[in-house]
Amino acid sequence: MSTASNSPPAIAANNLHKRFGKTRALRGVDLTVPAGTVCGLLGPNGAGKTTAVRILATLAAPDEGEARVAGLDVVRQADEVRRRIGFTGQHAALEEGVTGRENLLLLGRLHHLGGRAARRRADELLEQFELGEAADRLVRGYSGGMRRRLDLIASLITRPRVLFLDEPTTGLDPRSRNAIWETIRELTHDGITVLLTTQYLDEADQLADDIVLVDDGIVVASGTPQRLKETIGSRIEVTLADAEHLPAAARTLAEATGGEPVIDEDELRVAVVTATQQRSDVHSGAGSGGPGDAARAVTLPVLVRLLDAAGVDPLDVALRSPSLDEVFLQLTGAPA
Amino acid sequence: MSTAALSPVPSPAAAPAPARPGRVRRSTSDAWTLALRVLLYYKHSPGLVGVSLAAPLTMLVVFGYVFGSAIQAPGGQDYRSYLIPGLFVLVAVNGVMPSMVGAARDLDRGMTDRLRTMPISRSAALLGQALADLLVSAVVLAAMVGVGLAVGWRVHDGLGRAAAGLALLLLLRFAMVWLGFFAGVLCGREEIAAQAGLLVFPIGMVSNVFVPTGGMPGWLRTIAEWNPVSTVAAACRSLFGDAVGPAPTSPWPLAHPVQATLGWCLLLLVVFAPLAVRRFSTHGR
Repeated sequence: MSTASNSPPAIAANNLHKRFGKTRALRGVDLTVPAGTVCGLLGPNGAGKTTAVRILATLAAPDEGEARVAGLDVVRQADEVRRRIGFTGQHAALEEGVTGRENLLLLGRLHHLGGRAARRRADELLEQFELGEAADRLVRGYSGGMRRRLDLIASLITRPRVLFLDEPTTGLDPRSRNAIWETIRELTHDGITVLLTTQYLDEADQLADDIVLVDDGIVVASGTPQRLKETIGSRIEVTLADAEHLPAAARTLAEATGGEPVIDEDELRVAVVTATQQRSDVHSGAGSGGPGDAARAVTLPVLVRLLDAAGVDPLDVALRSPSLDEVFLQLTGAPA
Repeated sequence: MSTAALSPVPSPAAAPAPARPGRVRRSTSDAWTLALRVLLYYKHSPGLVGVSLAAPLTMLVVFGYVFGSAIQAPGGQDYRSYLIPGLFVLVAVNGVMPSMVGAARDLDRGMTDRLRTMPISRSAALLGQALADLLVSAVVLAAMVGVGLAVGWRVHDGLGRAAAGLALLLLLRFAMVWLGFFAGVLCGREEIAAQAGLLVFPIGMVSNVFVPTGGMPGWLRTIAEWNPVSTVAAACRSLFGDAVGPAPTSPWPLAHPVQATLGWCLLLLVVFAPLAVRRFSTHGR
């Protein structure tokens, strides 16, 4: 975001290494998050996302490298860092046997807000994030989504400047997930810097200003969601009416693009990611129209002709931006 | 005159956080807040208080009358008078279980992580919970004393010594809670902690709590006589005035049970309180 250019980054990590026994969780991670932005740390299980967040949130010490959060060293000034951050881990860290409001008040007391200020802040958060009605019920009776929401606002009780969210929506149904997304978007309006980890590509796509792709303890790519997609070209999808044409269509696509087509036998679809740079989505044929269609005269007619020559009669030929799944597959060689 | 240039330039990112009270006040407040967490939990779960009371009280009545019908207490005294101080000890020792499970649960569910990302005193965090447990234990002990008196148990050596006996029991409980915190973090998962906690039962059984050690086979008798549980039970019996006195062949701890009990409690505290705090603050670091 534009305000960030001349102020120091909210998070700056340099060459972080961390080893647990024989596992090398981090092998030299660099990370810069400008103040007031949302950074999505994206990667498969075991990529090192959680370890990186734990180091930045002062829960773990790096074996090598250093990190500053809000301008403060996470090892040497850990207590100062703790006064400026909020942390929400993978599990809802709440006391089940007390009410939602009491959970917030206890945390407010631990931050030494003072009784009245803590009560006011708790009321404010409960109201803002629509937990007002459930506030005086025991957390034990909350739904998964409500727990997650309460857990999230529990880390906001002190108005932290930097918020760490470790997989904030894992295991939630789509509706609760949307509610959490909405909550996170509201936070960034207040100028809070957010670092979130996720395995969900659409989550990073939806929320993050910048995405950092982590795999096997190193950063494999970073940039805006748009740029990441652009780096790997576009995706051509051919949908057929008839399963027996699948091999011929795959062969034609392979010859035409030089890529490795993937056959989806259920959908009768052959898809290939091209190595070229593409920015626009193009369609020909019926069915799968999408936003942002624009003509791309060169490839598609040629492709349709080639398919025709191979005796394949496609229902639909589409050219579109790759999903982040494909970006991920391309860059890490493994499905997310 | 460029004094301004000499003063350190504050990092713009390191903006002021809320003003903080002094260190001691902060720690006291943190400890109280975490004690409050436990007490609020009990407040919302009256059933839990009921269960905490029911188990030891049932034990008292059932063992007192079932075993009491067959077992001869030493010196011809009433069996329930012999058993009750032992049960007090057993309940204090069992305190290790809930604190183990609680510590493992906090770890499992991310509560420990959340607390550790906050600027709170680590020792105060655990101390608060230990003190809250102590308060709950005192209530349970008071109820047990009440039921004990109802089924015929009496103190024979004055209220002062009886109070000292109860204080000794609470000290033991307090020490066991720290052992529990440490063991709980070591277990790391709630289920493991719950299973490991069951080991407390055999330790309680191989002692003089239920039966005098005199009739046990030699090797078992040696274990039972050196078992700290026997030592504490002997200390309580002596302070409540029920004691027949140690057998002449008793090892030192049984011959000097009060001193030995104090020694055990202090040892547990000195070893496990720092270990528990250390484990709590560095787990996964």
